[in-house]
Amino acid sequence: MCTGIVETADVSGSGKGPNGWFKLEQVNVSYDHPTDAPLEHALNIDFVNQKDSPSSRVAVELSLESARKLVKAILIALCQAAPAAGDASNSSTDAQAMEAKRP
Amino acid sequence: MHQYTTDMYEGMLAETVMVQGYNGDAINAYFARPLGPGPFPGVVVIPHMPGWDEWYRETTRRFAHHGYLSLSPNIYYRFGHGSPDDVAAKARGSGGVSDDSAVGDAEGSLRLLKSLPLSNKKVGVFGTCSSGRQAFLAACRLKGFDAALDCWGGRIVMSKEELTPKRPVSPIEYTKDLSCPLLGLFGEEDENPNPQQVQLLDQELKKYGKTYEFHMYPRAGHGFFYYDRPNYRQEQAVDGWKKLFIFLEKYLGTTS
Repeated sequence: MCTGIVETADVSGSGKGPNGWFKLEQVNVSYDHPTDAPLEHALNIDFVNQKDSPSSRVAVELSLESARKLVKAILIALCQAAPAAGDASNSSTDAQAMEAKRP
Repeated sequence: MHQYTTDMYEGMLAETVMVQGYNGDAINAYFARPLGPGPFPGVVVIPHMPGWDEWYRETTRRFAHHGYLSLSPNIYYRFGHGSPDDVAAKARGSGGVSDDSAVGDAEGSLRLLKSLPLSNKKVGVFGTCSSGRQAFLAACRLKGFDAALDCWGGRIVMSKEELTPKRPVSPIEYTKDLSCPLLGLFGEEDENPNPQQVQLLDQELKKYGKTYEFHMYPRAGHGFFYYDRPNYRQEQAVDGWKKLFIFLEKYLGTTS
């Protein structure tokens, strides 16, 4: 860990790793050296189950521009999903999503 | 410097072994050594954050090829087993390897190398990136190393905000305790450590009258030895390796 930039969040859901589907319980977002992407630093996202073996991981390594596009896409999808799911609990997320929808 | 000529016999043994590391834990390690009676100097090869990976195995063998007993401890052992990148990712998600753990594993590796009948009782410590930092820490916090090689070790200079329970002290604070000569290889375009941070360490080493040698390469950034990464810089890497082996021979003695 060269930069020391790591953010973690508890999540629930499933991820598909090399051994099939597994339960997710954490996402680790770091800005550090990637393993495969041809970049000095990348925005690395690891969906993991820290209690399980290290191979219980779904990994992506993105350029910063790609990471921003991903964030925007997630926020837009959330904006559309929240009313449909009757979820009014995340107003701040919705506000960010509305902002993200702007061109 | 160890010069290979085509009429030489050459042989090497490289294998996984166990070593007693931090807290008395048995961890695995990759050990490469030249064949022959020796005596040989040794090098502890601490793996970087991308993991205990193929580049580090190759580097361990490279030291052996140049006549060193070369031992690379798996400092990520306690995070479980899997592909090196998966294990390193698990370590990263857990806040990384603690400084105490890395130094403890380096100490166990040092002890093992010095105990070997093949050893000339001189041992260096090598690291790049996060392990360049750990190599510096080990050379400061332990007695017994005879040379330290810090290749672009980031976060030797840390702000208070960067300190964590696993990294509670900025390594530069230990400079006065550095117990052996230090070689530092850096790139001018590196952001971590940037040239200003390297300059701070340089001043601190001067202040305490330490034996050291720093080389700052132009047109190079972070990790310019890594031939499989975009930051590889051929000319600087070739020169860096040359300087590194000259330094080792100076402080660890000639290889057999």
